[in-house]
Amino acid sequence: MVGVSELHEMYEEMVTARHYEERLQEEYLDGKQPAFDISAGPIPGELHLAAGHEASGAGVCQHLRDDDTVTAPHRPHHIAIAKGVDLKRMTAEIFGRETGLSKGKGGHMHLFDPDVNFACSGIIAEGCPPAIGAGLAAKKRNTDSVAVAFLGEGAIDQGAFLESLNMAAVHDLPVVFVVEDNDWAISMPKERVTDVENGAQRAGGFDLPGARVDVDDAVSIYDAAKEAVGRARDGNGPTLLEVQVHRRMGHFMGDPESYRPDEDKAAAEQRDSIERLAEDLRAHGVEDTTIQESRERAHERVEEAIEWAKDQPEPDPADAHDDVFSNPPSGVTESDPSAEVTGGDD
Amino acid sequence: MAQQEESEQQATERSLTMSRAMVEAIAHEMRENDEVFYMGEDVADYGGIFDSTDGLLDEFGHDRIMDVPISETAYIGAAVGAAQAGMRPIAELMFVDFFGVGMDQIYNQMAKNTYMSGGSVSVPMVLTAAVGGTYNDAAQHSQTLYGTFAHLPGMKVVVPSTAYDAKGLMHNAIRDDDPVVYLFHKRLMGIGWMPAPDGPKTGVPKDDYTIPFGSADVKREGEDVTVVTLGLHVHRALDAAESLADEDIDAEIIDLRTLVPLDTDTVRESVAKTGRLVVVDEDYRSFGVTGEIVASVAEDGLADLEAVERVAVPDVPIPYARPMEDEVIPDTDDIADAVRSAHRT
Ligand SMILES: Cc1ncc(C[n+]2csc(CCOP(=O)(O)OP(=O)(O)O)c2C)c(N)n1
Repeated sequence: MVGVSELHEMYEEMVTARHYEERLQEEYLDGKQPAFDISAGPIPGELHLAAGHEASGAGVCQHLRDDDTVTAPHRPHHIAIAKGVDLKRMTAEIFGRETGLSKGKGGHMHLFDPDVNFACSGIIAEGCPPAIGAGLAAKKRNTDSVAVAFLGEGAIDQGAFLESLNMAAVHDLPVVFVVEDNDWAISMPKERVTDVENGAQRAGGFDLPGARVDVDDAVSIYDAAKEAVGRARDGNGPTLLEVQVHRRMGHFMGDPESYRPDEDKAAAEQRDSIERLAEDLRAHGVEDTTIQESRERAHERVEEAIEWAKDQPEPDPADAHDDVFSNPPSGVTESDPSAEVTGGDD
Repeated sequence: MAQQEESEQQATERSLTMSRAMVEAIAHEMRENDEVFYMGEDVADYGGIFDSTDGLLDEFGHDRIMDVPISETAYIGAAVGAAQAGMRPIAELMFVDFFGVGMDQIYNQMAKNTYMSGGSVSVPMVLTAAVGGTYNDAAQHSQTLYGTFAHLPGMKVVVPSTAYDAKGLMHNAIRDDDPVVYLFHKRLMGIGWMPAPDGPKTGVPKDDYTIPFGSADVKREGEDVTVVTLGLHVHRALDAAESLADEDIDAEIIDLRTLVPLDTDTVRESVAKTGRLVVVDEDYRSFGVTGEIVASVAEDGLADLEAVERVAVPDVPIPYARPMEDEVIPDTDDIADAVRSAHRT
């Protein structure tokens, strides 16, 4: 059973993640009103916000340590926050600043924080193979670290995911695949692209355990992830988890969502995992004032990160030319093999 | 009289965005030929993230405007198979950057099956894809990869820069018996949320017409310097030419329109006239379009060449932050500088 302090931690992370997305939405739309121009404003480019996904990041990452690896998809913020990615530097990255996680080179879909072994990729399902690679490294080195690959339900039709399930299973790798089912892949409802209602069934075909959490509830996700992460950490191989979440906003900012029935959106807005967790806290005897303090702390942390990020300098244009290689080829010198040569007739 | 002519022209030709022109050609071909259908992610109800299929669902339904699973290998390969069975599928890669996921189907099957079968198999399909940067979508969503597709034998490669060209080239692409990779630049489509420059919206005849592959178009005539380019950079080069005209430098702007086949004759004739060649590309500099154009001119017209300049993305992935993206994607000033420098020599 999850203890009250853990519930509290998850709650604060989830409130942080929700407030973060709401604030980023405001910042993003600044300069894009009234006419929406994707390249205008303080945050340019695409922005995929995860409001409604918070329970997944918090419930799963609660079981992870810094040495565990997480790969996230194009909708990464809630997972990054739960994994402990440096919020200020992540925010600076999203604002394209020099002190961002990637010095402004990556942006919101390409966040890397090696200190907590977090990475993402904007190509659907392509975080799965690197996750099993992290699992493979842990296994070869005999550590008890695990790796978790997060993906959307739209990604379960990709070869990269299915191949990774199989390889993880056959090599008993310490990996957990977490499918966040928000019912939509941009405009495509799940039933249009797969006949399988429960994505965790994909596990059966590769003979690894699969489970689905049907309710958008942090505690249920926490429980399911506890078992899956525990299995991986104990050397008992991979698990596929599918968890129900909700997409409370458009696929990306600027998405007109004209394909989406109003009732679907309204229902997503009603099923609020954060409110649900607040009720759990109250049921555990946590006072409303304590919950309120938690919310305030979370909001403050977000405001601080955003303020800090906006104060950071923009990168120098010339920096664009750096970092293609860790070992830039310009400095290459040829080693002299003759010194090593021994024996031979001449 | 003149008035009557004008209104007749208006009845047969109106000004369209590039996306409307593309869609018009696809709709026409679908009406004429039941074997044409379109597959891609978010092409049905959404109408294509970049408006590439806007409105087609209403007329043709989900059977012919097919949303597909996020399984690029499967649906691009399915297009190859359907094409070999005699249909005329169009498969869309939402962003060209995702080509890696389905690359085996593209370059080991779509592009090679005709040759490997000794010509007994043909693959009459179109692979459409959105290309290009300029809106800070970073390294995995901003490439053009023009040179990558053109390098691998067996695919015709089309890059329209105006609505008029987009329509004629699309008609040709669907009717062609070979695989055609049709790369449309996001910034040129005329999407509400990604404002296009002025140039790509042009007059477009209502009737169908084809633009043959391998016919470059001189978008601006000039005497002093030849600028060869494609896609978005046709418009940036035209802007540069306007400002250079004030300095008495007369640039000729050639829009390649297709990379495979490549119209080297038009380029060589122009260089024979100007003696100065600037190639502008939104793809990586090395092993790409700029090197190819310069080499093909040098092979047959070395004596004509007095100056050569290349303007392209330096060999780095496309960075996210605005100042860095602006640094690597060539702009009008970069082109003007290169033309000036070619003109000086
Ligand atoms: C290989 C690949 N194909 C297509 C896309 C474009 N794309 C980005 S997000 C997305 C939908 C993903 O849906 P899902 O996995 O369910 O995640 P969600 O966005 O709902 O969180 C698509 C098709 C991509 N990024 N990569």
